[in-house]
Amino acid sequence: MIKKLMHSIREYKLPTILTPVLVSLEVAMEVIIPLLMSMLIDYGIERNNMDYIINMGLLLVACAILSLFFGAMAGATAAKASAGFAKNLRHDMFYTLQDFSFRNIDNFSNSSIITRLTTDVTNVQNAYQMITRMAVRSPIMLAFSLVMSFSINPGMALIFVGVIPILLVGMIIIVKIARPAFERVFKTYDKMNNVVGENLRGIRVVKAYVREDLETQKFRKVSGDIYKNFTLAQKALITCMPLMMLCIYACMLLISWFGAGKIVDSGNDPAVGFTTGQLMSLVSYAMQILMSLMMLAMVFVMIIMSRASAERVVELLDEKSDIKDCDNPIFIIKDGSIRFDNVSFSYGKESNAKPCLSDINLDIKSGETVGIIGGTGSSKSSLVQLIPRLYDVNGGAVYVGGVNVKKYDIESLRSEVAMVLQKNVLFSGTVSDNIRWGDEHATQQEVERVCKLAQADEFIRQMPDGYDTMIEQGGSNVSGGQRQRLCIARALLKKPKIIILDDSTSAVDTRTDALIREAFANEIPDTTKLIIAQRISSVQHADKIVVMDNGKIIAVGTHEELMKNNEIYREIYISQQKGGDEDE
Amino acid sequence: MNKQQRAARAAAASRGKKVSGKTIKRLMEYVRKYKASFVVVVVCIILSAVTGVIGSMFLQVVIDDYITPLLKQAVPDFSELFRAILIMAGIYLIGVVATLLYNRIMIIISEGTIKRLRDEMFEHMQSLPIKYFDTHAFGDTMSRFSNDTDTLRQMISQSIPQVMSSLITIVAVLAAMIMTSWALTLLTLAFVVLMIFVTGRIGGKSGSYFAKQQEDLGIVNGYIDEMVNGQKVVKVFCHEEKSKQEFDALNEKLCKSATAAHTFANILMPIMGNLGNLLYVVIAIAGGAFALSGFGGLTLGGIAAFLQLSRSFTNPITQVSQQINMVVMALAGADRIFELMDEQPEEDHGYVTLVNAQYNKSGELCEAEMNTGIWAWKHPHEDGSVTYTRLQGKVEFFDVDFGYDEKKTVLHNVTLEAKPGQKLAFVGSTGAGKTTITNLINRFYDIADGKIRYDDININKIKKSDLRRSLGMVLQDTNLFTGTIRENIRYGNLNATDEEVYAAARLANADTFINQLPHGYDTVISGDGGSLSQGQCQLIAIARAAVADPPVMILDEATSSIDTRTESIVQSGMDALMSGRTVFVIAHRLSTVRNSDVIMVLEQGRIIERGNHEQLIAERGKYYSLYTGAFELD
Repeated sequence: MIKKLMHSIREYKLPTILTPVLVSLEVAMEVIIPLLMSMLIDYGIERNNMDYIINMGLLLVACAILSLFFGAMAGATAAKASAGFAKNLRHDMFYTLQDFSFRNIDNFSNSSIITRLTTDVTNVQNAYQMITRMAVRSPIMLAFSLVMSFSINPGMALIFVGVIPILLVGMIIIVKIARPAFERVFKTYDKMNNVVGENLRGIRVVKAYVREDLETQKFRKVSGDIYKNFTLAQKALITCMPLMMLCIYACMLLISWFGAGKIVDSGNDPAVGFTTGQLMSLVSYAMQILMSLMMLAMVFVMIIMSRASAERVVELLDEKSDIKDCDNPIFIIKDGSIRFDNVSFSYGKESNAKPCLSDINLDIKSGETVGIIGGTGSSKSSLVQLIPRLYDVNGGAVYVGGVNVKKYDIESLRSEVAMVLQKNVLFSGTVSDNIRWGDEHATQQEVERVCKLAQADEFIRQMPDGYDTMIEQGGSNVSGGQRQRLCIARALLKKPKIIILDDSTSAVDTRTDALIREAFANEIPDTTKLIIAQRISSVQHADKIVVMDNGKIIAVGTHEELMKNNEIYREIYISQQKGGDEDE
Repeated sequence: MNKQQRAARAAAASRGKKVSGKTIKRLMEYVRKYKASFVVVVVCIILSAVTGVIGSMFLQVVIDDYITPLLKQAVPDFSELFRAILIMAGIYLIGVVATLLYNRIMIIISEGTIKRLRDEMFEHMQSLPIKYFDTHAFGDTMSRFSNDTDTLRQMISQSIPQVMSSLITIVAVLAAMIMTSWALTLLTLAFVVLMIFVTGRIGGKSGSYFAKQQEDLGIVNGYIDEMVNGQKVVKVFCHEEKSKQEFDALNEKLCKSATAAHTFANILMPIMGNLGNLLYVVIAIAGGAFALSGFGGLTLGGIAAFLQLSRSFTNPITQVSQQINMVVMALAGADRIFELMDEQPEEDHGYVTLVNAQYNKSGELCEAEMNTGIWAWKHPHEDGSVTYTRLQGKVEFFDVDFGYDEKKTVLHNVTLEAKPGQKLAFVGSTGAGKTTITNLINRFYDIADGKIRYDDININKIKKSDLRRSLGMVLQDTNLFTGTIRENIRYGNLNATDEEVYAAARLANADTFINQLPHGYDTVISGDGGSLSQGQCQLIAIARAAVADPPVMILDEATSSIDTRTESIVQSGMDALMSGRTVFVIAHRLSTVRNSDVIMVLEQGRIIERGNHEQLIAERGKYYSLYTGAFELD
């Protein structure tokens, strides 16, 4: 996992390495400063030596400035390294995501992808900064301080050897208790956000059913859980500080007691042995040692807490796209003919997954118009998604232009096979920007031409800024029917050999629907047109109508043939006739 | 940032400052419950701070008062020192226990306060009118529950005790310093002013870069959100490279502002720490000079003690300056929380309630204690008498005007009558006011002018909860809740038995697919339906309405995500659901509304045609042109 993450450091290796180096230098200064201070007291103030005080003082100022310089530099490099690392991580994740196949996308929910790219990356970024700064700082500080203590007086330094394990054991116990509690807290947090979110979205339902009290109870339960776990976790965590104080005070008292004896022995003469100045520095080192131990424990907790995030990031990075170009791909698609040869397909990866399509055999000639009809869950969408190779078949093969789709360069295939999805999305930007998704370099005339074809030109012109009207995120400022027509126009701009409309005119009225079909027939006669529809009227005039049920093709024929031979088709037709929206 | 945004931000900032005083006062109200505990906390903090100060002085005392005299003794007697150390150990122990105690109490106070705030906020949110939800962004309200309460929690549990402890320490140390040397104290204070100035500057810089970082992060997150939700379209159009490029540009900007923000935050510590070191040197030199010149009667021990004190003085100042940002942020969060809690709740002056009823021997309707299957409106009058009106589901509108904001009226002079058991349909383009009418029936919004009567009672007199209980709703957005399918259906009627739940599911034709799921009715689904298709979610929502069994139903595009064949199967269930009830239907498909008793065609908030299918066709008006496809509906 770490290796995978390290890969994203790249051009930020220098600041990443520089940070601990600078931090080490800063620490060195921080260790030297108390030493110099003790000398200032021992030889300067105690002996009333003003020259010494000034010299030592200047040296101290120099050290402080150096420490400041190193510290500030380390801060800057750490910021650069962590922000850069986060940038690369987001970059890598986003690129991986762009290479995902439909099947990969299905494996993650949208909200989980978004959390991984946002919150999780931020968590990892913070942990990374902590590691580059603190994780180096604390051990070095610890080592330096210990060395200094031992060099001052090895006997006295042994006190630390006794106290450190006590602190460590205490910390470990605290972390052991706090960690699972914190993990529970985060889970309950998700739950709370979920309850709040569902209530915000579904407030009409809550109010319509007068379920305010039920929802409040639900929320209280979750917030009670948070209270319980958070209190537990925090209580464990705050024990750190008193424990730490206990150890520092114990050290001070022990140092004072044993130190007093040694000073008396030496007569407070630095030449002979232990002195009051050394006593004071030893106490500062004691503080530094214990502080760095505590820091280390905190870093440890941070890393553990961010581990879950790191795992989720890596999980996304590790997801391999299962649809790849083959070697020596074909770039030219000859024509718009389509053939399904004994195709079977399922969404699940496992071989025992419930088949979604089976025994599909279908032959479509270039330029034909084919309608596909069937109930909810009859796998109409699954069938057409195999043509631009959005999914790979599990068995059999799909041929476009006489060649197995797996042999094509994916981009070439998809630019010849335009598909208007059922769940369609517009992006923030102008109407023209959105249409130009089909072809970036299209001229305004071309854009307008396809909009006319899709019967969108008229309403676009009625919008406040015409083709320059801004579409809001998700296309919330156009109606369902308008959105569908914009999406059709967008697909047409690709000038594809095959166009697939997956229930793309359901929100368009019958007349406009008919006009679109008419425009299709007249303007792009050579393009193969596949139309999935709920309304019979949308496919009635197709060259061929495919009736699907439960993942199988149960009949293929013209409207008249199917009316004669196929019961399901007839049933659908009659159900719609009863509604009576057909007068053509 | 353009001028306008800057002005808005400045205005928001100044407003925030003004409110802060009030905010603190309100927060205090929440903490008041813990008054006794809080007193203990204050005492403990004082104890802990004082022991800390004593601790930093202790070493000097040991050296000056014990070790130095010992050096002069021919036969050193350590018993005095031993006693002092024992006493000190006692004091330290008190400090440690006090620290532990106040931290633990603060956690209980902060967590308890936060829980109460959250609960009250949620409860208040539930009481708000639909208008609030329609006019406030989802993420904005969400963050009040998460981010804002979190920063507030941190402030209460960490910042407050730390600031208090630091302030006490500062005062104690300052007193000790003045006693040791007023001249050096002045010098120190001058230095501290410099430190505060530097932190202020850097803190301000860092703050504005953090704001920039948050802004850029928002943009990047927004872009990710859009691209992830449109991921399949991106693939279909081979738009991957383009979106990668766009993403990289935004990502780069975020990286820049994040680097700047963190750099300033990171360099604050070394600067403060080393300013403290500089102060140390300045005091040593000045103190040495004073001592040599005999200025201010400063002794050598005094200088050493002062040096120690200066360290204890700068540390808490650094801490306070770091906490101030935190406190400001938390108070801003608290402001937002209180803002939500101050939103005007839905008003309800209704006094007519819905009760179980039965006919007594003389054939009069009267209240029943048990569920009799008959419901009645209990209508108390001013003279103390009570009348009962049987719940039938008659709805009438008289000259109703309505606008979502006062300036723009969206419904004009709407008059309509729905007799019990009738099916009324609304047809019209987006924005014609179809959904608005249904919003008025269940009083999600209140009318501006005119009158609405329900079973001949003005709906303003009916208690909102009882009114809504008598209305069922199926909307285009199904809005299920995380839980099992069984729980979701039962949402319509919490007292429904399992049998009733199954019956409702069968009625909605949802039974078949539910039984095919691995866990059947116990399958857990998430709010967005999870693995279920949109159509399946709608079937569950229909079952949910069916189990509620209300006399009036509102179906707002309830079957729009179901294909016509499934719809025709569901239709029988829907027909069963609708029979004997007053139903308001909004549907895109004219086939769905064709068999309604009355069809109303709405245009720009006015009913322009009404009548049944045959009448409207004969009229050859708008409905006719819609029906024949000569006109389109958006």
